[in-house]
Order: sequence, then structure tokens, then C-alpha cells
Amino acid sequence: MAREIGRVTAVLWKDLTAERRTKANFNSVVFLAALTLLLFGFALGPDTEALREAAAGVLWLTILFSGVLSFNRSYDQELQGGALETLLLYPGDRRAIFVGKFLANLAFLLLVEAVLLPTAAILYGLSLADSLGPLLLVLILGTIGFAALGTFYAAMASRLRAREVLLPLLLFPMMVPLLVAAVESTSALLGGDALGNSRGWIRLLVVFDVIFSVAAFLAFDYVIEE
Amino acid sequence: MTSVQRVPRPHRPRWVVPFAAFAVLFFIGTQAHGLLTSPPELDMGHLQKILYVHVPAAWTALVAYLIVFVLSILYLWRRNERHDLLAASAAEVGVVFNALAIALGSIWGRPTWGVWWAWWDARLVSTAVLLVIYVGYLAMRAFTEDTERRARWSAAVGILGFLNAYIVYMSVKWWRTLHQIQSTPETVDSPYKLAMRTNAFAFLFLMIVFIALRYHAARVDRAADERDEEEALSGGAVHV
Amino acid sequence: MTATPALDLRGVARRFGKRWVLRGIDLRVEPGEVVALTGRNGSGKTTLLRICATALRPTRGGGAVFGYRLVEEADAIREVTGMLGHHAGLYDDLTAEENLVFAQRMAGRPADRDAIGRALDDVALSAERDERVRGFSAGMRRRLALARLLLRPPALLLMDEPYASFDADGIELVNAFAARVAAGAGAAVVATHDLIRAHGVITREVHLVDGLATDRNSHALVGTSDGA
Repeated sequence: MAREIGRVTAVLWKDLTAERRTKANFNSVVFLAALTLLLFGFALGPDTEALREAAAGVLWLTILFSGVLSFNRSYDQELQGGALETLLLYPGDRRAIFVGKFLANLAFLLLVEAVLLPTAAILYGLSLADSLGPLLLVLILGTIGFAALGTFYAAMASRLRAREVLLPLLLFPMMVPLLVAAVESTSALLGGDALGNSRGWIRLLVVFDVIFSVAAFLAFDYVIEE
Repeated sequence: MTSVQRVPRPHRPRWVVPFAAFAVLFFIGTQAHGLLTSPPELDMGHLQKILYVHVPAAWTALVAYLIVFVLSILYLWRRNERHDLLAASAAEVGVVFNALAIALGSIWGRPTWGVWWAWWDARLVSTAVLLVIYVGYLAMRAFTEDTERRARWSAAVGILGFLNAYIVYMSVKWWRTLHQIQSTPETVDSPYKLAMRTNAFAFLFLMIVFIALRYHAARVDRAADERDEEEALSGGAVHV
Repeated sequence: MTATPALDLRGVARRFGKRWVLRGIDLRVEPGEVVALTGRNGSGKTTLLRICATALRPTRGGGAVFGYRLVEEADAIREVTGMLGHHAGLYDDLTAEENLVFAQRMAGRPADRDAIGRALDDVALSAERDERVRGFSAGMRRRLALARLLLRPPALLLMDEPYASFDADGIELVNAFAARVAAGAGAAVVATHDLIRAHGVITREVHLVDGLATDRNSHALVGTSDGA
């Protein structure tokens, strides 16, 4: 078990280091996300009240659209120079690769959201102070489910021809319960309802996260093979 | 050299044609029964009769997806290619019934609620999400060329997709109640129950026929490919 | 003759789509052997090596590496097998050292900087220890891949065209490594069409034509073996 944890941290460290060195993914994803927020503003505004109502939905859609870009790319370094085959030839449980990549994608997305949340607050006139704690909890829970499923489906999509279309096609319908739960709880929290309405949704997020993190983990072995 | 295998031509099981005849007749019977004997409903009038197709179609799609789920697990356990072909056939049939159910649900909704799409109808919305999930399953299969990889990946996608079916339904249902939108009138009052049940069975039988036919076609296709593969095995050898 | 063979393949066949690359290979390699796998490009050498490494499953047939079955006990095979493949399988954004640290940790061992230093020395890459692999030439990448193997010497060593992109020193290193593995009750299978370079280290030649294998008498053989 300790050996598998070591392998998980190795993959996590590798992915994060490679990303830190190039920042290729991070910069482009953050920029695109901020741009998306702006575009939504143009599409839905300029009435600030309408924008504030729509903010939760806009925020989560932005996370989904920009996040989906990062998943395929997290496999890119494995697809160059035969790294994936070498990776699969190490002895040990291949699901450790899933956990490592999942954690790396999770960290990446949370960092993007760290920029996104204040940006959204500014653009959409949101007051985060009252409910910051619960808001961060919802953000984290939602991102966990997203990262788990994204890491899973991208293991397949990144190796197919129509990868840009296939990943959203496979991933987004699976995200519906998470999207609904995340938007509803975010909306409730932003509207000043401290955990009242959002409790049920948060519970749904946790259930969703557990079910699909486990399912993706168990099924990963079957999809990562050549 | 590894020995060339004979590939026998797959035979359609003998029960399919007689069962298909039975299923079609049964379907005509139940539909006629529903159309002719059901009284017009309080609010919907004769529009209610569309439900004899819409509701069973939706149920049948779910059953088809359950079959995909079970066969996917079987494939990952046994690695028997036939399980994959059967799963894919069930998925195709499921998608057709699914699309039919949604189209009819929309057509039924227009005069009933005045809109083509009812966001508050948890069944309609969650079936639409399921449709996209399984269209994605079929799309992924279309892009994966290696048959073994296609089978493995389809199985994984088929399993996760079905796991989400109930969760999607529940979350949409909560979503609706939260926003206090009007609800779908229940359609299982007594005069309609019998007709609904018999039609559900009729659709189930038809589903079995369609899956059997589609599966047979898939096996014939695969056998043709296997024959090519065996030929390639013997054809190119140069004995040293 | 009762020792477990290092490699025992029976009727291994593999196709990609409709093209059969291997048509039924029987191959038995005993510990102590260094087998050269020869044949034209496209004769199936790389595919055969990849199957031995468990990177690919055979379409038909099966086998064992040191008694571990190819498909069912693949994980055990990975513990004792190492491959120097066509592709180096390195991460461009990591340095030479970091790639090796990663390899050690993925194999379940702690990072050993000293051992890494020695391995880099052996392949003459010490100067590039902290350089990112992105700038490496093909030859340097192969040397780094070799260093990775040196850090975790396998019992079954598989090498795919190891003499390509190595200079004389590199070739010397490769041959010495193969000999060392074989001497230590392991075995090596080397795919090459450059038998001259393998001179003195190989004990047997197996020739692949159109996916089938035959033993061959080779002037590059060392010693007398009954594997003619």
C-alpha cells in the first residue's frame, strides 16, 4: 500500500512539475475562463440584477468549459514519445496513475477557480464575505466530481481522433447532477441563505463524488491499457 | 504458424422469427386496445393515448440500458466479444426507443402545457440526458477502431452511464420541487393502468426482437471480418 | 535443463486490424542466453518484444516469463522485465535526473540520488543531469533510457535496435549490460539488424520472416551453444 501511495505521489509530482515548468495549460485556461465570464456578461447583461441572479450558473458553466480543455491536455505528455507505454510497464497497480492524475487535475482546477471566483465576484457584483466558507466547500466538492470524471473520460478521448468533441460529449451529460447541485447551492449561498437550502444539494454532491470517484477508479484499469 | 480457424456463418436463432411475429401482433393488439377502449382523460382528452407509446418507449429504453450495463460487466469479467456486440446492439435499440419517447413526450407536452419542452418534467429531462449519454457511447465506439479496445472502453462507459441514470432523475426531480414549478399529472389511474401495462410488455417484446436482429447483424459482420482475418493469416505466409 | 526458462512463448500470434504481424511464434530462451532477433523492418521484432514486456497481449497463443504467465501474471513479469524500446518514453519538461527519480518511484523504490549519479555517469550524461529532456538529441534520449534500465537491472532484458543512435562507447555499454544480465541468471533478447555490433555477446540468433521464427547459424555467435 505504501508503495502505491508512493506511485500516486510520483505521478502527482510529475504532472504538477511539468505544468509548473511550462504553465502552458494554466495560463491559457485561466485566460479563457476569464474571457468566458466576460462574454457571459455581455450575453446576459447589462442589468446588474439579472447578472447577479445568473452568476452561479455562469460560474459553473465557465468552470466546465474551461476545465474540459485541461483534461485532454493532461494526457498529452504521456502521448508524446511513447511515455504512456513506459508508464504502463512499471510494476504495480495502474489505478495509482488515475489517483495521481486526478489529484493533479484537481489541484489545477482549484487554482484556476481561485482566480475565477474573485473575478466573477467583481464582474457580477457578488458579495462573498458572508458565505465564503460554505462557498469554498461547494466549489471543492463540485470540482472533485468534475476532476474524477474528466480524468477518467480523457484517458480514452485523448487517444481518439475527434478528442475535442468526444470529451465534452462523454463528460457533460454525466455532469448534469453535479451541475444542478453545484449551481443551486452556490446560488443559495450567494443569495444569503447560509446552508439552509443548500444542505441537501451539498449532500448530493458528496454522494455523487463518492460514487463516481470510486467507479472511475475501479474502471480506470480497463481503459488505460493500450 | 498458428492454425487458421474456420469461421462458421452465424445462424439467426430459430425463435426470433416466430417471436417477432408474435410481438408485432401483440403490439397491434395492445395499441388497438388502448386506442379504442380508453375513455378520454379528464384534462387531456384523446391526447392521453400518445402516452401508450411514450411511456412504454421510455421504460423500454431504460431496460435496454440496463441490459447494456449487465453485459458490460459481463464483458469485463469474461472478455467474451459477443457480450460486447450484444451490449452495443442493446444500446442502439435503447437510443432509438429513447429518442422516440422524447419526441412523443414533447408532442404530448405542447397541447398540454403549451410548451415544446417541459423543464419541470423530471422524467422527460432525465431521459434526454440519458439519450446524450448513450449517443456518446455509440459515438465513442464509432471512433475506436481496434475491436478489443472498443469493447473494453464501451463497457466502462456503459457501466458509468447507467450508474448515473437514477442520480440524474433524482437531481432533476429535486430541482423541480425546489422551484415549485407545476408537476406532471400522474397517468396511472385505473382505466388506463391495464392498457399501459400491456403496452409496456408489447414494447418489451419488440425491444427483444430488435436487439436480437441487430445482434445477429453485428455477428454476421464480425464473422465476415474474422474470415478476412483468418485469410490474411494463411495468405501472407512465406515458408522458410 | 529443469530451470525455468527466461522466456517461453508458444504459438504467439498478433494482428493489428487485418494485418498479422506475428503468425505463431514458438520461442524458448534459457537463463544465460543473449538472443539476437533479426529480420527486416516490419517482420514483427518490435511487436514480439512488446508482447514479452506485456505492453501488448497476444491475439493467439501465450507464454511465460520466468514461469509467470503472460496475461494473467503480467504484473509479476513487469517486476523482472525491462525494455529499451524504440521510444525513450521520457518527459520533456523534466530534467534527466527528474525522469530517473520518477522511474524509481514508479517502480516502488525511493529516489536514490547517488545511484542516479552513477547511472548518468555510466551513460555519459552527467553534464546534462539538470537539463530538461526537451533539448536532448535522439542519442541522448536513448542513453537516458538506458540509464533508467541500469538503475533497475531486469532479469529479462529486452532491447529494440539498441545499436541505433549510440556511438562506440554506447554500444560497448549496451553489450556489457546484456552480458551482465545474462551472466546473472537472466537473459536478453536483442532485436537488431546490425549483427556486427552484437558480435561477441549473442549466443543465438532467431530470424523473423513474415511473422514466423527460425533459428539461424550466425557468424556473430559467441561460444558453442546447441541452439543452432
